[in-house]
Amino acid sequence: MQAFDFVAPTSVDEAVSALAAGGGRARPLSGGTDLIAQLQEGRLALDTVVDVKRIPELMAISISDDGLTLGASVACQSINANQAIRDAYPALIDSTHLIGGTQIQGRASIGGNLCNSSPAADSIPNLIAHSVTCHIAGPNGRRSVAAEDFCTGPGRNVLANGEFLVAIEFPAPPANFGAAYLRFIPRNEMDIAVVGAGASVVLSDDKSTIQSARVALGAVAPTPLFVQEAGDSLAGQPVSEETLAKAADLAREAAKPISDMRGTIPQRKHLSAVLTQRALRIAIDRARGTKTVDELGRLNGHG
Amino acid sequence: MAKRIAVETTLNGEETVFLCEPRQTLLEALRDNLGLIGSKEGCGNGNCGACNVILDGVLVNSCLVLAPEIEGRSVVTIEGIAEDGVLHPLQQKFLEHASLQCGICTPGFIVSAKALLDDNPAPNEYDVRLWLAGNLCRCTGYDKIVRAVLDVAENDA
Ligand SMILES: Cc1cc2nc3c(=O)[nH]c(=O)nc-3n(C[C@H](O)[C@H](O)[C@H](O)COP(=O)(O)OP(=O)(O)OC[C@H]3O[C@@H](n4cnc5c(N)ncnc54)[C@H](O)[C@@H]3O)c2cc1C
Ligand code: FES
Ligand code: FES
Repeated sequence: MQAFDFVAPTSVDEAVSALAAGGGRARPLSGGTDLIAQLQEGRLALDTVVDVKRIPELMAISISDDGLTLGASVACQSINANQAIRDAYPALIDSTHLIGGTQIQGRASIGGNLCNSSPAADSIPNLIAHSVTCHIAGPNGRRSVAAEDFCTGPGRNVLANGEFLVAIEFPAPPANFGAAYLRFIPRNEMDIAVVGAGASVVLSDDKSTIQSARVALGAVAPTPLFVQEAGDSLAGQPVSEETLAKAADLAREAAKPISDMRGTIPQRKHLSAVLTQRALRIAIDRARGTKTVDELGRLNGHG
Repeated sequence: MAKRIAVETTLNGEETVFLCEPRQTLLEALRDNLGLIGSKEGCGNGNCGACNVILDGVLVNSCLVLAPEIEGRSVVTIEGIAEDGVLHPLQQKFLEHASLQCGICTPGFIVSAKALLDDNPAPNEYDVRLWLAGNLCRCTGYDKIVRAVLDVAENDA
């Protein structure tokens, strides 16, 4: 690797100063599973690496009736091991179990996954489905951005010079809420999504009608894609395969994939519909309290 | 060239201080600066697991950790798995089951399996295969590795 300086600030303000001083040549380091690989391969050259993991806010998990606030650098492994998160946000676990293998999950963070801003990132459709808010600190103070507005292109996002992600905030799941994330890969483990789909629903009290829904896709556009019309089409509709199929069709139409070594345009469009419908079914099952994360693990290819 | 940094860490249970450049990975520092050449570089980008170490109780790829990151942390490498010159049961069972051929992947598999058994002393075959999905072996076909780990797990349970 080419030479760079390493700093490990212990406060948000110090990190902002270090990042701002470095201009575009300073970057935050969370788990390093993207950043260090990119530095090793010479795809990225930096003057300063700013390890943000010594800042308590970046490593904090706070879960209450108000929702879940996840420090940007918290590793997937810490999320997987947190029973309160598993119970309240099983769909988040769908993503944290899928990102890499055991040793990648030991380091990889949701904040890093979001800030790396890959169109195929396995957490982002899920964050969009959950209506997550991204909390950012920078030279001009703090600001917040909705997950669906965070990424602006492959590897690009709304963070300006000196800004970095402090935490992501999941609203408290409303009554009768369920969500799920599914991805398609040709092997069982350790691969990049051909397509990913995140979905969430809120059902009526008798659980027969969909009050509202959100759908987002990965790997079918330059950024993770919020398919608002697919979720909106379900509002007020009965839970039925027919209504889900209609939302799935809208997801297929919204997908604007490319053909590459992982998949073709027709395959990705087809997968967009199939995964949307399946993710909606699991979200509904979870809203009804009939599906557990371990059952989903199997659906995701874990045995 | 960036100046060298002194890093204080607990390495295989011993307080250790070493000098490194900020751009060095933990894997490079272990092998080149500290002479601990048990951890191997298979890929250098997180895909093969040959470099795996346990950092503050968590399994990680040492090729994707910067050496200065481990200041004040605790690291266990393959050199720290045997105790007082006695092989760890995993090492013993890898020998008995002939779970290695060229041996390049072996340190990574043993460190990963140690982290698994620390986390779950009685894994089933599915648990073992899933946990070890990030460790690659070009020689054995994996079956003998999985059997060795299960043998230790059963003995413990
Ligand atoms: C073998 C392997 C398998 C993988 N498998 C998957 C997979 O299945 N699915 C998937 O989605 N990804 C996968 N990845 C990619 C990677 O592991 C994930 O994107 C991971 O979530 C990145 O998190 P990190 O904490 O390691 O980020 P880092 O590498 O530390 O950072 C990633 C990027 O975000 C920036 N950044 C980090 N923290 C902040 C912050 N707080 N504020 C602003 N910017 C920040 C960094 O500067 C960098 O540009 C894999 C990687 C490897 C090596
Ligand atoms: S050398 Fe680290 S994972 Fe291959
Ligand atoms: S024994 Fe040769 S790579 Fe595993």
